Amino acid sequence: MREKDVPQDAALLGELRELCYALDESGAYVLVECAGWEPANIANLQAWESIEADVARALSEIRQGRLSPLAYHMARNQMSASLLAGYVGLYAWQVRRHMKPAPFSRMSAAAMQRYAAVFGLSIAQLAVAPAETART
Amino acid sequence: MSVAFQHRQSAHCESGVTANLLTHHGLPLSEAMAFGIGSGLFFAYLPFIRLNGLPLTTFRSAPGRIFRRATARLGVAVTSVSFADPARGMAELDRLVAAGIPVGAQTGVYWLPYFPPALRFHFNAHNLVVYGREAGGYLISDPVIDHPVICPAADLERARFAKGPLAPRGKLYRIARMPETADLAPAIRESLRDVCRVMTRVPVPLIGVRGIRLLARSLESWPSRLGPRRATHYLGQVIRMQEEIGTGGGGFRFIFAAFLQEAASVLGDPRYLELSTCMTAIGDRWREFAAAGARLCKGRPEGGAGYADLAGILRDCAERESGLYQDIDRVVLDVRR
Repeated sequence: MREKDVPQDAALLGELRELCYALDESGAYVLVECAGWEPANIANLQAWESIEADVARALSEIRQGRLSPLAYHMARNQMSASLLAGYVGLYAWQVRRHMKPAPFSRMSAAAMQRYAAVFGLSIAQLAVAPAETART
Repeated sequence: MSVAFQHRQSAHCESGVTANLLTHHGLPLSEAMAFGIGSGLFFAYLPFIRLNGLPLTTFRSAPGRIFRRATARLGVAVTSVSFADPARGMAELDRLVAAGIPVGAQTGVYWLPYFPPALRFHFNAHNLVVYGREAGGYLISDPVIDHPVICPAADLERARFAKGPLAPRGKLYRIARMPETADLAPAIRESLRDVCRVMTRVPVPLIGVRGIRLLARSLESWPSRLGPRRATHYLGQVIRMQEEIGTGGGGFRFIFAAFLQEAASVLGDPRYLELSTCMTAIGDRWREFAAAGARLCKGRPEGGAGYADLAGILRDCAERESGLYQDIDRVVLDVRR
């Protein structure tokens, strides 16, 4: 890649510039600031769309009474049951159980507190999911 | 309290941390040189390790290896600890910072508040240097950010003790003792031979050039095996691992080409410049793969480039890399004779 060919497709990084390695006029490698590259932006956007789809799916299942609000907070934080289990110190099957409305409502205050702490929420906030798809 | 630590932005986190720590301890080193003598260049396709539910493709060696190998090859003594208990991990960090020692730390990026929001995924192989503490938090030199940042203690603790694949377990590492003299030339030769060995002669089909060919083969089967939508997600993940922040472009191939250029001047051997040119061309080919792949993800393959064409580019990369590693091996061994 030549210095003049370093792409400047800003999208993801805000004010930040990443560094790329490119060749200058004399053929020597130099570090060049790069605002972003379209193919990388596309791949990144796709990852976020997939996360948003997970959140929307969780919300719709919560509305239909099939999942508990925990499923929403998990999706919003890009977590699987096994990853969240690592954070709260439970087994993945216990987390999956808490994703169901009835076991969720029977959960002890201590267990609620552990989940709430991971997401940086209060227990009251943990127990509700927004009515509509909130864009994250 | 803090120590005077010179922050330098770099393309990749771990090689940046390694270069900055060594420079701080009196051995000025570029990022590319740290990446090179740490044998950072790698390839592995590991479908059984899942990142966000998608198979892991990696273009660099496992977290911690670059620092460990680069320092070992220069005769630098290092210490490294990880922790089961976050409180003890933070206490140890405080102790080192209070003693005026800049410390490398492995973290996840999801919990780092200063990180660009668009890049905050559960990715645990990030590296940074902590070099001080103020009322507002820790002073951090994060190599992918252009200026030093302050991170609140609670957030840093979460990032250091992030869970999931490649969990950092609060890992801290630092330079314990510098050698009286450090000779780059033997370190460069050793690292080059190591890269060639790993990329061409490890008898595991997931690793090195064979790994690239395996990826090409699996990639062709994605659309029929996973359906078109899921296939684009798999493809997108490969592109992200190759091109998203921290690779210097072309899945680290350009950083390595820069290293080969530096090697040419350190060793006084112009043949390394030719090898560098060759590696640059391979990096450009990887970029073509990413560009064509992204068009496919967006659902508008210009000129009908499909998965078979992408696999073709990968096979070409594998072929060229295979030849290049043989050439590197030959050049390095010739010098030794």
